[in-house]
Amino acid sequence: MSRYLLDKFLYTIDRDPELVERYRRDPRGTVTWWEAERANVILGSHPAEASTWLAFTDAEREALASQDHVALFELGAHPFLTLTLFIALFERDHPEPLSYQREYAARLAHWTLPHPDIST
Amino acid sequence: MATVAAVIASTHHPFYYRASTATGEDRPPFADEWVAKIDAFRETLTRARPDVLVMVGSDHFHQLWLDNMPQFLVGKAPYYDGNFYNEEREFGLPRMRLAGHEDLSRYLLREGIDAGFDLAFSNELRIDHSITCPIITLRPQADLPIVPVYTNIFAPPMPQPTRFVQLGKTIRALAESWPSHARVAIIGTGHLSLELGGPRQFGPHGPDPQFDRKAVSWIGSGDLASALAEVSLDSLWKPGNATHGFMDFLLMMGVAGENVKADYADSLDLFHTMEAYFTWYPEAAA
Repeated sequence: MSRYLLDKFLYTIDRDPELVERYRRDPRGTVTWWEAERANVILGSHPAEASTWLAFTDAEREALASQDHVALFELGAHPFLTLTLFIALFERDHPEPLSYQREYAARLAHWTLPHPDIST
Repeated sequence: MATVAAVIASTHHPFYYRASTATGEDRPPFADEWVAKIDAFRETLTRARPDVLVMVGSDHFHQLWLDNMPQFLVGKAPYYDGNFYNEEREFGLPRMRLAGHEDLSRYLLREGIDAGFDLAFSNELRIDHSITCPIITLRPQADLPIVPVYTNIFAPPMPQPTRFVQLGKTIRALAESWPSHARVAIIGTGHLSLELGGPRQFGPHGPDPQFDRKAVSWIGSGDLASALAEVSLDSLWKPGNATHGFMDFLLMMGVAGENVKADYADSLDLFHTMEAYFTWYPEAAA
Protein backbone atom coordinates (compact mmCIF):
# COMPACT_ATOMS: atom_id res chain seq x y z
CA MET A 1 0.00 0.00 0.00
CA SER A 2 1.66 3.21 -1.15
CA ARG A 3 -1.03 5.81 -1.64
CA TYR A 4 1.62 8.47 -1.24
CA LEU A 5 3.55 7.14 -4.23
CA LEU A 6 0.41 6.92 -6.38
CA ASP A 7 -0.26 10.55 -5.54
CA LYS A 8 3.36 11.46 -6.26
CA PHE A 9 3.13 9.91 -9.72
CA LEU A 10 -0.10 11.76 -10.53
CA TYR A 11 1.27 15.04 -9.14
CA THR A 12 4.63 14.98 -10.91
CA ILE A 13 3.16 13.94 -14.27
CA ASP A 14 0.30 16.44 -14.09
CA ARG A 15 2.52 19.48 -13.59
CA ASP A 16 4.83 18.76 -16.51
CA PRO A 17 3.41 19.25 -20.03
CA GLU A 18 5.94 16.89 -21.62
CA LEU A 19 5.21 14.12 -19.14
CA VAL A 20 1.45 14.52 -19.63
CA GLU A 21 1.91 13.85 -23.35
CA ARG A 22 4.36 11.03 -22.74
CA TYR A 23 1.95 9.33 -20.32
CA ARG A 24 -0.89 9.70 -22.83
CA ARG A 25 1.25 8.24 -25.63
CA ASP A 26 2.94 5.45 -23.68
CA PRO A 27 1.26 4.78 -20.35
CA ARG A 28 2.97 1.54 -19.42
CA GLY A 29 6.42 2.68 -20.51
CA THR A 30 6.04 5.97 -18.63
CA VAL A 31 5.07 4.16 -15.42
CA THR A 32 8.06 1.79 -15.72
CA TRP A 33 10.47 4.67 -16.38
CA TRP A 34 8.99 6.80 -13.61
CA GLU A 35 9.17 4.07 -10.97
CA ALA A 36 12.80 3.36 -11.87
CA GLU A 37 14.02 6.95 -12.25
CA ARG A 38 11.68 9.29 -10.40
CA ALA A 39 9.80 7.50 -7.64
CA ASN A 40 12.57 8.04 -5.10
CA VAL A 41 13.46 11.61 -5.99
CA ILE A 42 12.70 13.93 -3.06
CA LEU A 43 11.16 16.93 -4.78
CA GLY A 44 12.71 19.56 -2.52
CA SER A 45 16.18 17.96 -2.35
CA HIS A 46 19.24 17.58 -4.54
CA PRO A 47 18.79 14.54 -6.85
CA ALA A 48 21.74 12.78 -5.20
CA GLU A 49 19.87 12.79 -1.88
CA ALA A 50 17.16 10.42 -3.06
CA SER A 51 15.05 8.03 -1.02
CA THR A 52 15.72 4.30 -1.28
CA TRP A 53 12.44 2.58 -0.42
CA LEU A 54 9.54 3.74 -2.55
CA ALA A 55 7.87 1.24 -4.92
CA PHE A 56 4.37 0.53 -6.24
CA THR A 57 2.41 -2.58 -5.36
CA ASP A 58 1.47 -4.67 -8.39
CA ALA A 59 -2.12 -3.40 -8.25
CA GLU A 60 -0.99 0.22 -8.11
CA ARG A 61 1.44 -0.19 -11.00
CA GLU A 62 -1.24 -1.86 -13.11
CA ALA A 63 -3.86 0.80 -12.31
CA LEU A 64 -1.48 3.51 -13.53
CA ALA A 65 -0.26 1.52 -16.54
CA SER A 66 -3.83 0.81 -17.66
CA GLN A 67 -4.96 4.40 -16.84
CA ASP A 68 -7.87 2.97 -14.88
CA HIS A 69 -9.37 5.84 -12.87
CA VAL A 70 -11.86 3.53 -11.14
CA ALA A 71 -9.04 1.34 -9.84
CA LEU A 72 -7.08 4.42 -8.75
CA PHE A 73 -10.14 5.68 -6.85
CA GLU A 74 -10.50 2.31 -5.14
CA LEU A 75 -6.80 2.25 -4.22
CA GLY A 76 -7.22 5.61 -2.46
CA ALA A 77 -5.36 7.87 -4.89
CA HIS A 78 -6.31 11.47 -4.18
CA PRO A 79 -9.40 12.04 -6.36
CA PHE A 80 -8.43 15.61 -7.20
CA LEU A 81 -5.05 14.56 -8.57
CA THR A 82 -6.51 11.71 -10.62
CA LEU A 83 -9.28 13.89 -12.05
CA THR A 84 -7.01 16.78 -12.96
CA LEU A 85 -4.51 14.59 -14.79
CA PHE A 86 -7.15 12.47 -16.52
CA ILE A 87 -8.93 15.58 -17.81
CA ALA A 88 -5.60 16.60 -19.34
CA LEU A 89 -5.20 13.15 -20.88
CA PHE A 90 -8.69 12.46 -22.21
CA GLU A 91 -10.96 15.51 -22.31
CA ARG A 92 -9.64 16.27 -25.81
CA ASP A 93 -11.22 13.03 -27.08
CA HIS A 94 -14.69 14.15 -25.90
CA PRO A 95 -15.69 17.29 -27.82
CA GLU A 96 -18.97 17.92 -25.94
CA PRO A 97 -18.22 20.19 -22.91
CA LEU A 98 -18.06 18.25 -19.61
CA SER A 99 -19.00 14.98 -21.30
CA TYR A 100 -15.69 13.39 -20.24
CA GLN A 101 -16.17 14.54 -16.63
CA ARG A 102 -19.70 13.10 -16.58
CA GLU A 103 -18.61 9.80 -18.07
CA TYR A 104 -15.81 9.67 -15.48
CA ALA A 105 -18.40 10.07 -12.71
CA ALA A 106 -20.74 7.48 -14.24
CA ARG A 107 -17.99 4.87 -14.16
CA LEU A 108 -17.78 5.44 -10.39
CA ALA A 109 -21.55 5.35 -9.88
CA HIS A 110 -21.44 2.03 -8.02
CA TRP A 111 -19.60 3.78 -5.18
CA THR A 112 -21.58 5.05 -2.20
CA LEU A 113 -20.26 6.48 1.07
CA PRO A 114 -17.86 5.99 2.62
CA HIS A 115 -15.40 6.36 -0.21
CA PRO A 116 -11.97 4.69 0.02
CA ASP A 117 -9.52 6.22 2.49
CA ILE A 118 -7.23 8.79 0.83
CA SER A 119 -5.07 9.60 3.83
CA THR A 120 -1.33 9.20 3.30
CA MET B 1 -3.99 50.92 14.26
CA ALA B 2 -5.14 49.55 10.94
CA THR B 3 -8.79 49.49 9.93
CA VAL B 4 -10.54 46.33 8.76
CA ALA B 5 -12.43 47.89 5.89
CA ALA B 6 -14.17 44.73 4.65
CA VAL B 7 -14.41 41.03 5.30
CA ILE B 8 -15.30 38.99 2.23
CA ALA B 9 -16.00 35.28 1.86
CA SER B 10 -16.80 33.54 -1.37
CA THR B 11 -16.46 30.44 -3.47
CA HIS B 12 -13.69 30.40 -6.09
CA HIS B 13 -14.99 28.95 -9.31
CA PRO B 14 -12.03 28.46 -11.66
CA PHE B 15 -14.33 28.52 -14.73
CA TYR B 16 -15.48 32.11 -14.12
CA TYR B 17 -12.62 33.70 -16.03
CA ARG B 18 -13.25 31.63 -19.15
CA ALA B 19 -17.05 31.93 -18.92
CA SER B 20 -16.95 35.69 -18.42
CA THR B 21 -14.52 36.35 -21.28
CA ALA B 22 -16.05 33.92 -23.80
CA THR B 23 -17.96 35.35 -26.75
CA GLY B 24 -20.33 34.08 -29.42
CA GLU B 25 -21.04 30.37 -29.46
CA ASP B 26 -18.44 29.74 -26.76
CA ARG B 27 -20.27 31.90 -24.23
CA PRO B 28 -22.30 29.71 -21.86
CA PRO B 29 -25.97 30.66 -21.32
CA PHE B 30 -25.44 31.45 -17.64
CA ALA B 31 -22.48 33.79 -18.23
CA ASP B 32 -24.38 37.10 -18.30
CA GLU B 33 -26.18 36.47 -15.00
CA TRP B 34 -22.92 35.31 -13.43
CA VAL B 35 -21.03 38.40 -14.62
CA ALA B 36 -23.80 40.68 -13.28
CA LYS B 37 -23.57 39.03 -9.86
CA ILE B 38 -19.78 39.30 -9.82
CA ASP B 39 -19.94 42.98 -10.84
CA ALA B 40 -22.23 43.69 -7.89
CA PHE B 41 -20.00 41.66 -5.56
CA ARG B 42 -16.90 43.51 -6.79
CA GLU B 43 -18.50 46.83 -5.88
CA THR B 44 -18.70 45.67 -2.25
CA LEU B 45 -14.90 45.59 -2.12
CA THR B 46 -14.37 48.72 -4.20
CA ARG B 47 -16.52 50.87 -1.92
CA ALA B 48 -14.48 49.75 1.11
CA ARG B 49 -11.40 51.50 -0.39
CA PRO B 50 -8.86 48.91 0.76
CA ASP B 51 -5.09 49.48 0.72
CA VAL B 52 -3.99 45.89 1.30
CA LEU B 53 -5.65 42.48 0.93
CA VAL B 54 -5.21 39.47 3.22
CA MET B 55 -6.08 36.54 0.95
CA VAL B 56 -7.09 33.24 2.55
CA GLY B 57 -7.06 30.23 0.24
CA SER B 58 -5.76 26.70 -0.15
CA ASP B 59 -3.08 25.43 -2.49
CA HIS B 60 -4.48 22.62 -4.66
CA PHE B 61 -1.30 20.48 -4.73
CA HIS B 62 0.59 23.05 -6.73
CA GLN B 63 3.56 24.22 -4.70
CA LEU B 64 2.71 22.53 -1.38
CA TRP B 65 3.19 18.80 -1.44
CA LEU B 66 2.79 15.76 0.80
CA ASP B 67 6.50 15.49 1.63
CA ASN B 68 6.32 18.74 3.60
CA MET B 69 2.71 19.79 4.14
CA PRO B 70 1.91 22.82 6.29
CA GLN B 71 -1.51 23.11 7.95
CA PHE B 72 -1.49 26.92 7.96
CA LEU B 73 1.04 28.99 6.03
CA VAL B 74 1.56 32.73 5.60
CA GLY B 75 3.40 34.09 2.58
CA LYS B 76 6.08 36.68 3.20
CA ALA B 77 7.53 37.82 -0.08
CA PRO B 78 7.77 41.04 -2.08
CA TYR B 79 5.95 39.43 -5.01
CA TYR B 80 3.77 36.41 -5.76
CA ASP B 81 3.54 34.92 -9.19
CA GLY B 82 0.16 33.38 -9.80
CA ASN B 83 -1.40 30.38 -11.53
CA PHE B 84 0.18 27.19 -12.79
CA TYR B 85 0.45 25.38 -16.11
CA ASN B 86 -2.31 22.93 -15.23
CA GLU B 87 -4.68 25.80 -14.33
CA GLU B 88 -3.87 27.48 -17.63
CA ARG B 89 -4.50 24.14 -19.34
CA GLU B 90 -7.78 23.24 -17.65
CA PHE B 91 -9.36 26.60 -16.86
CA GLY B 92 -7.65 29.04 -19.22
CA LEU B 93 -6.43 31.13 -16.27
CA PRO B 94 -3.86 33.82 -17.09
CA ARG B 95 -0.43 34.12 -15.52
CA MET B 96 -0.39 36.95 -12.98
CA ARG B 97 1.99 38.73 -10.61
CA LEU B 98 0.87 40.40 -7.41
CA ALA B 99 2.85 42.58 -5.05
CA GLY B 100 3.27 41.39 -1.48
CA HIS B 101 3.01 43.38 1.74
CA GLU B 102 5.95 42.15 3.78
CA ASP B 103 5.32 44.34 6.80
CA LEU B 104 1.84 42.90 7.34
CA SER B 105 3.15 39.39 6.61
CA ARG B 106 5.86 39.85 9.25
CA TYR B 107 3.30 41.11 11.76
CA LEU B 108 0.84 38.26 11.16
CA LEU B 109 3.62 35.69 11.48
CA ARG B 110 5.23 37.06 14.63
CA GLU B 111 2.02 37.85 16.44
CA GLY B 112 0.18 34.80 15.13
CA ILE B 113 2.92 32.48 16.38
CA ASP B 114 2.91 34.25 19.73
CA ALA B 115 -0.89 33.88 19.86
CA GLY B 116 -0.58 30.09 19.65
CA PHE B 117 -0.57 29.29 15.92
CA ASP B 118 2.71 27.71 14.82
CA LEU B 119 2.38 29.21 11.36
CA ALA B 120 4.56 28.00 8.53
CA PHE B 121 5.91 30.66 6.19
CA SER B 122 7.10 30.91 2.62
CA ASN B 123 9.48 33.46 1.12
CA GLU B 124 8.84 32.25 -2.42
CA LEU B 125 5.25 31.30 -3.05
CA ARG B 126 3.42 30.89 -6.32
CA ILE B 127 -0.27 31.33 -5.62
CA ASP B 128 -2.98 29.28 -7.29
CA HIS B 129 -6.60 29.84 -8.29
CA SER B 130 -7.87 29.83 -4.70
CA ILE B 131 -6.29 33.30 -4.47
CA THR B 132 -6.14 34.42 -8.10
CA CYS B 133 -9.86 33.73 -8.70
CA PRO B 134 -10.99 36.24 -6.06
CA ILE B 135 -8.47 38.73 -7.46
CA ILE B 136 -10.06 38.23 -10.90
CA THR B 137 -13.59 38.61 -9.54
CA LEU B 138 -13.06 41.30 -6.88
CA ARG B 139 -10.01 43.30 -7.96
CA PRO B 140 -9.19 42.47 -11.57
CA GLN B 141 -6.79 45.38 -11.87
CA ALA B 142 -4.65 43.45 -9.33
CA ASP B 143 -3.16 46.70 -8.07
CA LEU B 144 -3.10 46.09 -4.29
CA PRO B 145 -0.45 44.29 -2.24
CA ILE B 146 -1.50 41.01 -0.70
CA VAL B 147 -0.67 38.70 2.18
CA PRO B 148 -1.54 35.12 1.23
CA VAL B 149 -2.68 32.75 3.96
CA TYR B 150 -2.93 29.09 2.96
CA THR B 151 -4.86 26.42 4.82
CA ASN B 152 -4.85 22.66 4.38
CA ILE B 153 -8.36 21.59 3.36
CA PHE B 154 -7.09 18.93 1.01
CA ALA B 155 -4.74 16.41 2.57
CA PRO B 156 -5.68 14.41 5.68
CA PRO B 157 -4.88 14.79 8.52
CA MET B 158 -6.32 18.31 8.54
CA PRO B 159 -6.88 20.69 11.45
CA GLN B 160 -10.27 20.58 13.16
CA PRO B 161 -13.02 22.99 12.02
CA THR B 162 -12.79 24.88 15.32
CA ARG B 163 -9.13 25.60 14.58
CA PHE B 164 -10.09 27.33 11.34
CA VAL B 165 -12.54 29.51 13.27
CA GLN B 166 -9.90 30.34 15.89
CA LEU B 167 -7.39 31.28 13.20
CA GLY B 168 -10.00 33.53 11.61
CA LYS B 169 -10.61 35.30 14.92
CA THR B 170 -6.86 35.71 15.39
CA ILE B 171 -6.35 37.15 11.90
CA ARG B 172 -9.13 39.66 12.56
CA ALA B 173 -7.63 40.70 15.90
CA LEU B 174 -4.15 41.03 14.41
CA ALA B 175 -5.35 43.05 11.43
CA GLU B 176 -6.97 45.44 13.93
CA SER B 177 -3.89 45.70 16.14
CA TRP B 178 -1.40 46.12 13.27
CA PRO B 179 0.34 49.47 13.77
CA SER B 180 -0.54 51.05 10.45
CA HIS B 181 -3.00 53.52 9.00
CA ALA B 182 -3.85 51.13 6.19
CA ARG B 183 -7.32 49.89 5.34
CA VAL B 184 -7.22 46.11 5.27
CA ALA B 185 -9.68 43.86 3.48
CA ILE B 186 -9.66 40.22 4.56
CA ILE B 187 -10.84 37.98 1.74
CA GLY B 188 -11.16 34.22 1.88
CA THR B 189 -12.48 31.62 -0.51
CA GLY B 190 -13.64 28.07 -0.01
CA HIS B 191 -16.29 25.67 -1.17
CA LEU B 192 -19.83 24.71 -0.39
CA SER B 193 -20.66 21.06 -1.19
CA LEU B 194 -18.30 19.88 -3.87
CA GLU B 195 -17.23 16.59 -5.39
CA LEU B 196 -14.10 16.25 -7.51
CA GLY B 197 -12.98 12.94 -8.93
CA GLY B 198 -15.91 11.01 -7.45
CA PRO B 199 -19.30 9.67 -8.56
CA ARG B 200 -21.23 12.85 -7.69
CA GLN B 201 -19.06 15.30 -9.66
CA PHE B 202 -20.30 17.72 -12.32
CA GLY B 203 -24.00 17.20 -11.74
CA PRO B 204 -26.65 19.83 -12.60
CA HIS B 205 -26.22 21.34 -9.09
CA GLY B 206 -23.77 20.93 -6.26
CA PRO B 207 -23.73 17.39 -4.87
CA ASP B 208 -25.72 18.33 -1.73
CA PRO B 209 -28.12 21.28 -2.24
CA GLN B 210 -29.52 20.81 1.27
CA PHE B 211 -26.06 21.29 2.79
CA ASP B 212 -25.55 24.33 0.57
CA ARG B 213 -28.78 25.95 1.75
CA LYS B 214 -27.83 25.41 5.39
CA ALA B 215 -24.27 26.60 4.81
CA VAL B 216 -25.41 29.80 3.09
CA SER B 217 -27.71 30.48 6.04
CA TRP B 218 -24.95 29.85 8.62
CA ILE B 219 -22.52 32.14 6.81
CA GLY B 220 -24.99 34.94 6.16
CA SER B 221 -26.09 35.05 9.79
CA GLY B 222 -22.68 34.32 11.34
CA ASP B 223 -24.18 31.27 13.02
CA LEU B 224 -20.98 29.57 14.10
CA ALA B 225 -22.72 27.60 16.85
CA SER B 226 -25.01 25.77 14.40
CA ALA B 227 -22.26 25.30 11.83
CA LEU B 228 -19.81 23.82 14.34
CA ALA B 229 -22.54 21.64 15.88
CA GLU B 230 -23.16 19.98 12.51
CA VAL B 231 -19.76 20.01 10.84
CA SER B 232 -16.83 17.75 11.66
CA LEU B 233 -13.85 16.38 9.75
CA ASP B 234 -15.81 13.14 9.31
CA SER B 235 -19.15 14.71 8.39
CA LEU B 236 -17.67 16.89 5.64
CA TRP B 237 -17.05 13.86 3.42
CA LYS B 238 -20.81 13.36 3.15
CA PRO B 239 -21.90 16.46 1.18
CA GLY B 240 -19.10 15.80 -1.34
CA ASN B 241 -15.52 14.60 -1.27
CA ALA B 242 -14.03 18.11 -1.60
CA THR B 243 -16.35 19.79 0.92
CA HIS B 244 -13.58 20.28 3.49
CA GLY B 245 -13.09 23.54 1.60
CA PHE B 246 -16.06 24.72 3.65
CA MET B 247 -13.58 25.11 6.51
CA ASP B 248 -12.22 28.21 4.77
CA PHE B 249 -15.73 29.66 5.06
CA LEU B 250 -15.66 28.76 8.77
CA LEU B 251 -12.35 30.63 9.04
CA MET B 252 -13.95 33.66 7.42
CA MET B 253 -16.92 33.44 9.79
CA GLY B 254 -14.33 33.65 12.55
CA VAL B 255 -12.93 36.78 10.89
CA ALA B 256 -16.40 38.32 10.52
CA GLY B 257 -17.43 37.51 14.10
CA GLU B 258 -19.94 35.22 15.77
CA ASN B 259 -23.57 36.07 14.97
CA VAL B 260 -22.56 39.03 12.83
CA LYS B 261 -24.91 39.19 9.89
CA ALA B 262 -23.37 39.73 6.48
CA ASP B 263 -24.04 43.17 5.01
CA TYR B 264 -24.18 41.64 1.55
CA ALA B 265 -25.10 38.08 0.59
CA ASP B 266 -25.76 36.56 -2.79
CA SER B 267 -25.59 33.12 -4.36
CA LEU B 268 -25.90 31.46 -7.74
CA ASP B 269 -26.91 27.88 -8.35
CA LEU B 270 -24.60 26.60 -11.10
CA PHE B 271 -23.87 23.20 -12.55
CA HIS B 272 -21.33 21.36 -10.42
CA THR B 273 -21.45 23.68 -7.40
CA MET B 274 -23.28 26.56 -5.78
CA GLU B 275 -21.58 29.94 -5.84
CA ALA B 276 -21.92 32.16 -2.76
CA TYR B 277 -20.75 35.71 -2.02
CA PHE B 278 -20.68 37.52 1.35
CA THR B 279 -19.37 40.87 2.55
CA TRP B 280 -19.22 42.39 6.03
CA TYR B 281 -18.30 45.98 6.91
CA PRO B 282 -16.92 45.99 10.46
CA GLU B 283 -16.61 49.79 10.50
CA ALA B 284 -20.36 50.27 10.10
CA ALA B 285 -21.00 47.95 13.04
CA ALA B 286 -18.40 49.60 15.29
